[in-house]
Amino acid sequence: MDWDLLHRAVTTIGKGVGTTLTLASISLAIGFCLGLGLAVMRVSGNRLLSGFAEYYSAVFRGTPLLVQLFLFYYGLGQFDFVRDNPVLWWVVGGGMHCAIMALALNTAAYTSEILRGGLMSIPTGLIEAAKAAGMSRILRFRRIEFPLAIRQALPAYGNEMVLVIKGTSLASTITVLEITGHAKRLMSQTYAIFEIFAIAGIFYLLINTALILAVRWIENRLTSPGR
Amino acid sequence: MQFGLMQLWDGGWVGAILRGAGITILVAIGAMLLGLVTGIACGLIKWARVVPLNWLVDIYTTVVRGVPELLIIYLLFFSSVEFVARIGTAFGWAGLAETGYPFLIGIIAIGAISGSYSTEVVRGALAAIPTGHVEAARALGMPRERIFRRIILPQMLRIAAPGVNNVWQATMKDTALISVVGLQELMRTAYVGAGSTRSPFIFYLVAGAVYLAITFVSQVGFKRAERALVLKGRA
Repeated sequence: MDWDLLHRAVTTIGKGVGTTLTLASISLAIGFCLGLGLAVMRVSGNRLLSGFAEYYSAVFRGTPLLVQLFLFYYGLGQFDFVRDNPVLWWVVGGGMHCAIMALALNTAAYTSEILRGGLMSIPTGLIEAAKAAGMSRILRFRRIEFPLAIRQALPAYGNEMVLVIKGTSLASTITVLEITGHAKRLMSQTYAIFEIFAIAGIFYLLINTALILAVRWIENRLTSPGR
Repeated sequence: MQFGLMQLWDGGWVGAILRGAGITILVAIGAMLLGLVTGIACGLIKWARVVPLNWLVDIYTTVVRGVPELLIIYLLFFSSVEFVARIGTAFGWAGLAETGYPFLIGIIAIGAISGSYSTEVVRGALAAIPTGHVEAARALGMPRERIFRRIILPQMLRIAAPGVNNVWQATMKDTALISVVGLQELMRTAYVGAGSTRSPFIFYLVAGAVYLAITFVSQVGFKRAERALVLKGRA
């Protein structure tokens, strides 16, 4: 065992952990809001809105994340009107912003399916009771539908969060140095392929295990008996 | 310079994209089959709790499902490429590492990833078979091997079908990642085209459309297969 190499690998790859977590947390936050909007559109009954949400989800779930990432990063960067527009260029010009956008739009599609399943699982009696009690539509959604849907959807959403953590590794293909980016660079510098894979892998497994434990903890709290 | 669909046709890129799509489909099918074989074997081990082996299967599924696909591809490709190049040169085929090899490693890497998800699908399907059915078969005096063939296997296939569909979707999309180690599949073709014509937008858009078409066609096939697997006279 080469301790110098090990030390170097842990410190270098450790620098990428912050980037990976930033990418994942911002895109999950944006993706959740978009996904919630899309899920509400899907169950809204308005054909135009639900049709749009359905196509959105089919397109983003039917193509690889890598294609979406390259389409935004290289594809949109080709147009002058994108480059001349400071807001658009701020979003797609840098690897980090672009990766966040691609991950957010991608996870929004999966999140919308998960939340839609949660919204559809609510017994109609509960919604009818809320209506009979005179609750407004927004109040009903906030107090009855959303809490019940999220409780139902939480285990599946936990899996989606792990997929987003894994998806952040693709940001390394558009010059973002997160865990995988640092690992790949070290692999080509040191040729210690397996050791570096193991260290990067352990970082990912630790992040994912912490995430799964957190989701399970929230799940237990939400379904605690006596409430 | 604007580059539209006409230039795509004139430049001969349509043929290249279709060839790339063909390789994508081949890798996806190869990886899916490898993954299913792995998944059925590992799923059975996990379900039956074969003691020393199920720990290995647990490690396999935990690691492969918890670590990014890209990292697994880097591991398998970089750790073996030099070795393979040496073997190729020894047998007088120095180009081995450039041509056939990424294809093979692609199938192995994506197959290993696909297999870890298939394992969970198979294990879940086996666990979903009502124990009463197996007990009834045992009470009738069926031998173990026939219980497996007549009671467990057909039910497992039926329950696992939607999960296998999901794994196929993910496997097909994961093949795009092999492009980073140089296999000339759909994504790589788009990348090369984007670079040489300086029109990345149209190339990635077309590549996305082809992936979407593959997803759509395979979806129709799976829906049909699932309907054929449903028992007659049931919902």
